[in-house]
Amino acid sequence: MTETPLLEIKDLHAGFRSDRKTVVPAVEGASLTVYSGQTVAIVGESGSGKSTVAHAIIDLLPGRGVVTGGQIMFEGHEITQADKDVILALRGSSIGLVPQDPMSNLNPLWKVGSQIKEALVANGVAKGKEANARVVELLEEAGLPDAERRALQYPHEFSGGMRQRALIAMGLAARPKLLIADEPTSALDVTVQKQILDHLDKLTDHLGVAVLFITHDLGLAAERADHLVVMYKGAVVESGPAFDVLKSPQHPYTERLVASAPSLASRRLTSARAKVREQAIEAATEMAEELKAEEEHVGEVPPDVIVAEELTKVFTLRGARPGSSIDFTAVDDVSFRLRRGTTTAVVGESGSGKSTLARMVLNLLEPTSGRVLFDDVDVRTLKGKKLLNLRRQMQPVFQNPYASLDPLYSIYQSIEEPLHTHEVGTRKERVAKVRDLLDKVSLPASVMQRFPAELSGGQRQRVAIARALALDPEVVICDEAVSALDVLVQAQILTLLNDLQAELGLSYLFITHDLAVVRQIADDVLVMQDGKVVEAASVTQVFDDPREDYTKKLLDAIPGGSIQLGV
Amino acid sequence: MSEFVGPSRARPGQERFVAPLEETPLQAVDAIDVDDVPESQWREAWKRLRVAPLFWVSGAMILLLAVVIAFPGLFTDVDPNYKQLSESFKPPREGHPFGFTQQGGDVWARTLYGARASVTVGVLTTVLVAVVGIVTGAIAGFYGGFLDSVISRLSDIFLSIPLLLAAIVVISVVNNLLPDRGFWVAVTVVVLALGLFAWPQITRQMRGAVLEVKNLEFVDAATAIGATRFKNLVRHIVPNALAPVIVTSTISLGIFIVAESALSFLGLGLPTNVVSWGNDLSDAQNTVRSGQHLVVMWVPATALAMTVLGFILLGEAVREALDPKARKS
Repeated sequence: MTETPLLEIKDLHAGFRSDRKTVVPAVEGASLTVYSGQTVAIVGESGSGKSTVAHAIIDLLPGRGVVTGGQIMFEGHEITQADKDVILALRGSSIGLVPQDPMSNLNPLWKVGSQIKEALVANGVAKGKEANARVVELLEEAGLPDAERRALQYPHEFSGGMRQRALIAMGLAARPKLLIADEPTSALDVTVQKQILDHLDKLTDHLGVAVLFITHDLGLAAERADHLVVMYKGAVVESGPAFDVLKSPQHPYTERLVASAPSLASRRLTSARAKVREQAIEAATEMAEELKAEEEHVGEVPPDVIVAEELTKVFTLRGARPGSSIDFTAVDDVSFRLRRGTTTAVVGESGSGKSTLARMVLNLLEPTSGRVLFDDVDVRTLKGKKLLNLRRQMQPVFQNPYASLDPLYSIYQSIEEPLHTHEVGTRKERVAKVRDLLDKVSLPASVMQRFPAELSGGQRQRVAIARALALDPEVVICDEAVSALDVLVQAQILTLLNDLQAELGLSYLFITHDLAVVRQIADDVLVMQDGKVVEAASVTQVFDDPREDYTKKLLDAIPGGSIQLGV
Repeated sequence: MSEFVGPSRARPGQERFVAPLEETPLQAVDAIDVDDVPESQWREAWKRLRVAPLFWVSGAMILLLAVVIAFPGLFTDVDPNYKQLSESFKPPREGHPFGFTQQGGDVWARTLYGARASVTVGVLTTVLVAVVGIVTGAIAGFYGGFLDSVISRLSDIFLSIPLLLAAIVVISVVNNLLPDRGFWVAVTVVVLALGLFAWPQITRQMRGAVLEVKNLEFVDAATAIGATRFKNLVRHIVPNALAPVIVTSTISLGIFIVAESALSFLGLGLPTNVVSWGNDLSDAQNTVRSGQHLVVMWVPATALAMTVLGFILLGEAVREALDPKARKS
């Protein structure tokens, strides 16, 4: 009556052994079904157990992982209790895997071609010369131009996107019936992500391969999959046809996900943003007037808190021959103005020079030419006490929440450090200030005694924000401050940044690769490509009427951007 | 357990499914766990150390050693320096559990009292090497440039000279200048000679660790706050670069004890009137040749081996406890 599903997982329980007796559960009762030719997506935040499910299928649980219960059926056969030989035969030939991190999943000592050939030989698809020819075909199929030459290159000669294509070629080498793609593009730029996923879609459609797609991005999943499985804390909380789930989420967790997916919800957030801006500019103007009232401040307070003029940074790299050098222009003639109480976003892909720009504005890096004016003063001319004063007024929040806090400092010490350095207040006052700051970023005062390792990425980012606010700065420079976070936490931090801006009249320079979040926080946008500004305009203009092709391409690549939910 | 929602036009197994809320209660986004006791990195390392059998075994060995060094009189009533030739190589008897040396000294008493000299040299050398290595390594890694080149090349030179051989040369030269050495002068000479050639290992390790740490974002963050370079180095970079140095130092403590014994064995380390394992082993050479009275050699040799093993095991346990990969993140 009905066809047998290609893959059927019933009530799967899996976990990680912490010692001989106890198993810490990671997956508790997950069920899902994949039919041949279908694309099914598992969506969930980090720690939801989605990767554990995927790895349990091919018995590749890392380290101490064990399946503790339930069934995994592949083409009607139970494989959880199967022999190693059976699983070995399934891997590659029936079930292919495209792993998460293209940077570490290719052996750097082997040519890319031989690594794909290995997959062919191991699965008995082809041998010798025949295999070599097949490798070239597979690479071409995965969309690598000039495949013959590429097959003879080493992984380090490949960009991230090219490596991921090679891994896709490897996953599909033996023509499996099911391809498990575990966050295949999370480490890549959006435009590359789109290219690769488009290609993967086309290829799997053409070959009739079913895809089990693991991702944290609901927009991406909805765009690519027929069937969605939402996981939360090791269990499936909702599943169903992709569009249905997206349109009428039933479980509160799914609702939450849909509400905060930047690509899906940013339209709604744009209107919220307008209110924030109004309040923020008001607060900022008040602040500026107060500043003016203080007698030491001579002259007008300019409306633009930061003005960058023709900033250029040239790095000298080691050349091919000893002693020779190549000039690399990371930032090329960039000018912009940051109006008091507003946010300017700098958008670009990796290597576009946006972080270098941020470091120059922060006066952590000397520009090769051009200058940065803070309240009409060139930041490079400042020394000693005046430089210390500038540092007070401009604070960074960095990308990696795991590296931006000293692991040996307690949260209290971390937030208190700027106050300590600037000798603000007495000890008692500083404790009170830290409490107040923690409250501002919605963390309980009890975290003061904790250490960074005990907090999640989002919580650490809050601490980093609290530290940045400790000296009551006027400008906060966020370098990819939300990029490393799960969508829900990302939305939460963006809301926090917006609230703080409205309350304190802060100005943000917001560096990001993700255009989707720009709409939620920014007023003006600079689009950067290869060190140059290709488009500078207001957010609405960029989103509704982009001028440059590159901007259009970036907009087009926002995952889930094509889905209209009518919100 | 499950309930189906909506029309079941989907294929079997793919109907719309929503888990009942009771099964996976929704928690606040990124909620903070306030029940755990806060833990610093050191405290966490201690917690992991506490449950490691290796730590308890090595800890017990070192504790025993410490007691022996502090109160050797608890274990014997015999004066280690008292010798009577008539007792030469006499077998064990009441009060003398391992018999007598060739010179008629008590083997057990000499071994117990010999611990002090060996461990003193080991600890002092380790401290000296660690201090010099940490300072030079931190300077080289942090300031870079010319200072780095000078320190790195110097350490390369010293690293290319075999430790023991170089120490032998230095000590024999100094010994000729100071024919009458007391205990502390002799110890100082050995410590300086070993330290002179052992610092580069720690320097290199520290330099590498500093290079790694100094590029982390929290250092940038501190700079942006207004911290000076030196403050950054002392407050953020050095503390975060210490873990590997602590591990190496613990392990090298054992190695320095062996080195001291080797030097004394060759007649170069501590003067022969000082009771030390190296000197006793040197005296016991004959027994190996004749194959008789081997116990005279075995007792100090075992003590030496157990001491070194204790420190190396401790180093291993500390390494595991401080391993960043094992930390919760």
